[in-house]
Amino acid sequence: MNWSWTFFFEYLTNGFMFRGAWTTVWLSVISMTIGLGLGVVAAMMKMYGNAAVRYIAEFYIWLFRGTPVLIQLIIIYTGLPQLGIRLNVIESAILGLALNEGAYLAEIIRAGIMSVDKGQNDAARSVGMTWRERMYLVILPQATRTIIPPLGNQFNGMLKTTSLASVISMEELMRNAQMLAQINFRVLEVYSVAALWYLLLVSIWGLIQQRIEAHYEKPFGPAAAISPEAAKELKKAMQKAGATKV
Amino acid sequence: MTIDAPPPAARAATSRPAKALGAPIVLIENVQKAFGDNHVLRDVSMTIRQGEVVVICGRSGSGKSTLLRCIDQLETIDGGTIRAAGHLMGFREKNGKRVALRDAEIARQQRDLGMVFQNFNLFPHVSVIENIMMAPVRILKRPRAEVKAEARELLARVGLPEKENAYPRQLSGGQQQRVAIARALAMKPQVMLFDEPTSALDPEMISEVLDVMVDLSHQGMTMIVVTHEMGFARAAADRVVLMHGGEIVEEAPPEQFFTNPRSEHTKLFLSKILSH
Ligand SMILES: Nc1ncnc2c1ncn2[C@@H]1O[C@H](COP(=O)(O)OP(=O)(O)OP(=O)(O)O)[C@@H](O)[C@H]1O
Ligand SMILES: [Mg+2]
Repeated sequence: MNWSWTFFFEYLTNGFMFRGAWTTVWLSVISMTIGLGLGVVAAMMKMYGNAAVRYIAEFYIWLFRGTPVLIQLIIIYTGLPQLGIRLNVIESAILGLALNEGAYLAEIIRAGIMSVDKGQNDAARSVGMTWRERMYLVILPQATRTIIPPLGNQFNGMLKTTSLASVISMEELMRNAQMLAQINFRVLEVYSVAALWYLLLVSIWGLIQQRIEAHYEKPFGPAAAISPEAAKELKKAMQKAGATKV
Repeated sequence: MTIDAPPPAARAATSRPAKALGAPIVLIENVQKAFGDNHVLRDVSMTIRQGEVVVICGRSGSGKSTLLRCIDQLETIDGGTIRAAGHLMGFREKNGKRVALRDAEIARQQRDLGMVFQNFNLFPHVSVIENIMMAPVRILKRPRAEVKAEARELLARVGLPEKENAYPRQLSGGQQQRVAIARALAMKPQVMLFDEPTSALDPEMISEVLDVMVDLSHQGMTMIVVTHEMGFARAAADRVVLMHGGEIVEEAPPEQFFTNPRSEHTKLFLSKILSH
C-alpha cells in the first residue's frame, strides 16, 4: 500500500489548500449573489416584459442552460480576447459562473413567483400598492419561501461547480490541489483532502440552509403555533416516549 | 372618515329607514366590460351616495365580482365611466380626452377605496398587526407608532384585540375576514367594497363578520356589498340591486325588493334563495 498519512496530514493543514478553500467560498458567494440578481431580472423580464424583452430573457436562459459551464468559462476567458474583450481570471470566473447560475435561478424564481396566489396581488393592489411595492412587500417575500430550498441546492452545486474555474487557472481549491499534486505526485492524498474540504463547506452550508428555511417557513409552518421553547420540550418528550416504547 | 366610533346620537339617528345620505360618491355610467367575447358587464349604471349601503346580488356569473373589481380598478373597463371618491377611476382627463393612468397613479386612486375579498387574501408572511400596518406605513410613510395605535384600535373594533401577533393561518376564517376588514379600513377609505365576504365561511362564523359590517354601516361608511346574506340586506342595506347577465335588472329599497319585486329575474332569484 502506498498511502502516506504524513502527506495526508500535511495537505490537511496546508495553508495553500486552506486559501484555495477560502477562494472557493468567496467565489461561490459572489457568483451566486450576482447570479441571483441576474435570475431575478431575467425572471421579471420573462414574466412581465413585452415580447422583445421576453425574447431576450428566454434566449439568455436557453443559451446558458443549454451549454456546459466549462465551455462558457473557456469562451469568456480565452475566447473573448479574440474580440478584444479582455477579462482577468477572477472576472472571467465570476462572470461565467454568475451568468450560468442566473439562467437556472431565473426559472426557479419564476416558478416561485407563480406559486404566489393571484389573490395576493389583488389584495396588494386594493390597498394601493404600486407594482414595485407589490413585488417588494407582498409577492417576492412569499415567493422566497418557495425559492429558498432549491436556491440552497443551487448554492450547494455552486460550491462544487467553482472547481471548473480551475481550467482557466482560477486559484481555488481544485486548482491548488492540482498544483500540489504536481509537486509531490501524492495524487490520492491531495485530492482526498480537497474532497474533504468540499464536504466540509457543503455541510456547513447545509446547516445554514436549514436555519434560513426554518426562518422563512415560520409564518406558514405548524411550528409557528407554539414557541421555540415549547417546541423543544415537545420534541424531547416525543423522543422520550419513542425511547420507552422500544 | 375617522375611525372613531360616532357619538351615541349619531348611532341612534341611523335607525332605519330614515337615513340622511350625502352627495354621490360612486358614479357608474354605462360601464362595459368583456373578457374576450364574453360580455360580462353590459351598460351598467348606478349612483351610490355617501353613507349609503348597497347590496348587490344575482346568480353566479352575472358580473357582480367583475363590477366591484372594475370599480376598484382591479380590472380595466372597456367603456363607460367610473367616478369614485373624487377620482375618475383609471383615467385622467386631458383637453377633454381620456388618458389611461399608469400603475402608480391607479394605485393612488385605489388607496381611497377598500376591498374585502371572498378568500380574505391576508398577507400570510406577516403577522396580523403587520397586515394592517403594511400599507399605511410602507406606502403612505406614516409614523409607525401612530399607525400601530390605530391598528390596535381597528383590531379592537373588529373584536380581535388579542390576535395582533398571530399569523393569518393561525386564525379561523371569520377571524381572518375581520382582520381583512381592519386592513382595508387602515387606509381610511371613503368607500368599502365587499365581494361575498362570508361565502367562504363556516355557517357559525358568518354572523361575526356581518356584525362588524353592520357596525361599519352604522358609523356612516359607504359600502357596496356583494352578498347573498339577505339578513344583512334587510338589516343594513339602503338599496338592493339584482344583476343578471351583466345588467342591473332590479334596484329597490330592501322592503320593496323582497316583498314587491318588479323583475321576473328577481322573483325567480328570491324564490331560489329563500327556498333553501
Ligand atoms: N379574469 C377573467 N377572465 C376571463 N373571464 C372572466 C374573468 N373574470 C370573470 N370572468 C367571467 O366573467 C363572468 C362574470 O364573472 P363574475 O366573477 O363577475 O361573476 P359573479 O357574479 O361574481 O359570480 P359568482 O357569484 O360566481 O362570484 C363569468 O362568466 C366569468 O367566467
Ligand atoms: Mg363573484
